[in-house]
Amino acid sequence: MSDTTVGGVASDVPMVLAEQVTKSFGSHEVLKGITLEVKRGEVMCLVGPSGSGKSTFLRCINHLEVLSAGRLSVDGELIGYREANGKLYEMAPKEAAKQRRDIGMVFQRFNLFPHMTALQNVMEAPLRVKGLPKAKVESSARDLLARVGLADRADYYPAHLSGGQQQRVAIARALAMEPKLMLFDEPTSALDPELVGEVLDVMKGLAKEGMTMIVVTHEMGFAREVADSLVFMDAGVVVESGLPSEVLANPRHARTQAFLSKVL
Amino acid sequence: MSTTNVNGHAAAATPPRGEPAPSEPIKAIRLRHPWRVVFAVLLVAIFAWFVVDAAFRPAYDWPSVGKYLFDRRISMAALVTIELTVFSMVIAIILGVILAVMRLSPNPVVKSVAWFYLWIFRGTPVYVQLTIWGLISLIYTSIDIGLPFMTPWISFSTNAALNTFTLAVIGLALNEAAYMAEIVRAGLLSVDKGQEEASVALGMSWSQTMTRVILPQSMRVIIPPTGNEVISMLKTTSLVTAVPFSLELFTRSRDISAETFNPIPLLIVASIWYLFFTSILMVGQYFLEKRFSRGVGDRQTDKNDVGTGTGVITGVVPVVGAGQPTVIAPPKTDNPGAPGDGGAR
Repeated sequence: MSDTTVGGVASDVPMVLAEQVTKSFGSHEVLKGITLEVKRGEVMCLVGPSGSGKSTFLRCINHLEVLSAGRLSVDGELIGYREANGKLYEMAPKEAAKQRRDIGMVFQRFNLFPHMTALQNVMEAPLRVKGLPKAKVESSARDLLARVGLADRADYYPAHLSGGQQQRVAIARALAMEPKLMLFDEPTSALDPELVGEVLDVMKGLAKEGMTMIVVTHEMGFAREVADSLVFMDAGVVVESGLPSEVLANPRHARTQAFLSKVL
Repeated sequence: MSTTNVNGHAAAATPPRGEPAPSEPIKAIRLRHPWRVVFAVLLVAIFAWFVVDAAFRPAYDWPSVGKYLFDRRISMAALVTIELTVFSMVIAIILGVILAVMRLSPNPVVKSVAWFYLWIFRGTPVYVQLTIWGLISLIYTSIDIGLPFMTPWISFSTNAALNTFTLAVIGLALNEAAYMAEIVRAGLLSVDKGQEEASVALGMSWSQTMTRVILPQSMRVIIPPTGNEVISMLKTTSLVTAVPFSLELFTRSRDISAETFNPIPLLIVASIWYLFFTSILMVGQYFLEKRFSRGVGDRQTDKNDVGTGTGVITGVVPVVGAGQPTVIAPPKTDNPGAPGDGGAR
């Protein structure tokens, strides 16, 4: 698996490399040394009971949360810090913002901008952050909306879209920055059951196109079908990881077994 | 009537009998409120007695009221009052937005500057502030532009540069900015935290997040209390006599009555003008609030409900009503169900 190729370029640098990532809120240690690796084009599902630190870990990857200890790099680049002469330097907000451009994030509650139409939501970041010309941004935004099946909803405000549609717009909005890594924080947890499928379909399509994805989810069916690897977290540590089919079918650890027996 | 219970609560109590009977409109004898009528009649009687009494009381001097109501000096003064209100409010709103954003800035220096400003301008009475602005030319005799300890490039006398009207506007605006800053801050804080995260995650800078995402959404919370501040400002302009600036409504009518030795009719004249303007503003505010609470209602029934925002709106409106007499209607109750995170799916 080490010689995954994307776009014909072989690369050994993992997309995400976490080494002993630790995060505390006050005296409460949420992440207790997470070490894992996500390769290019890999789809990793993070599962575990609520409060296990999955979402916090995901938020650390694009520096929405600052690490307490450990190292985390995306595409070989340290997140949030610059390293020179063996010392770490805190990044200026501008530099951190630059790193985030390449990392797309999709939230549980969608977080679409309610005062903008679907199209404007998708156009906002390429226009303001990348400063691309408007005509070009608009045509690619329309393409993205078509890709998530919402070409006819371009001029709707989020309030007039269903939850599933909103989440698909949110995915298109994240893709508009042409990220090399996509983070999904329980993307279907806030949806009515009948709307989950349409969002998962979009994500499956993305996975098929070779997007590197980390997905915090409770959708075990999605994990089994789409993920290359499955990581089970509990109480701030990685309890078990491996191929989804193996972990789901034969969990080795008692905590994994207990969790899976409840959700499957 | 034995209608089958639609909700099925008491299904066991009423045996199903084929199709449900069509429901008839309720015919009940209305509950009477005799005491309401008694009180209303009593109040109207007292008020009528007061009006009749006032009409014949010589001290009110109604002929003078009629004479001065459209006196050119008074109507010009009314215009100046409007000018003072508009200029100071515009400056105060702009400055208030800047201060509010500064207070929420991650930069501790900027934050402290805003905090210090609010501490000074909210902590001292506006009347005192206006008096100090009036004496500013005694404290700083000239305004110099240049480097410290060197001959200034430009220098002009404070008295020549700032007339009393300008000082009045500065005094009112700087004081009001502190209050506007708190209103804007409440508005900014009412926007869901997820909005900031989403825009930051897209790589937007802090200033882009503020101007493009947070500020536009906070407007629905900011606008109703701002309307209230405009009404309040209109009345506060009567204090600029402390500067001393004497061409606005209240001071002008005082000056006229100083000549006629008959203050009461001119106070009534000034009050009528103030009431006229505040009534217009209240009507405007009523429609503004209706418009914005409707927007919130729409959002609440929606799935992407931003909980905190709606909570603040309904919190703000009763305050508005309490500060002013009854013209302002209470918030429309078209927000069904639980406020806040009710629609948090």
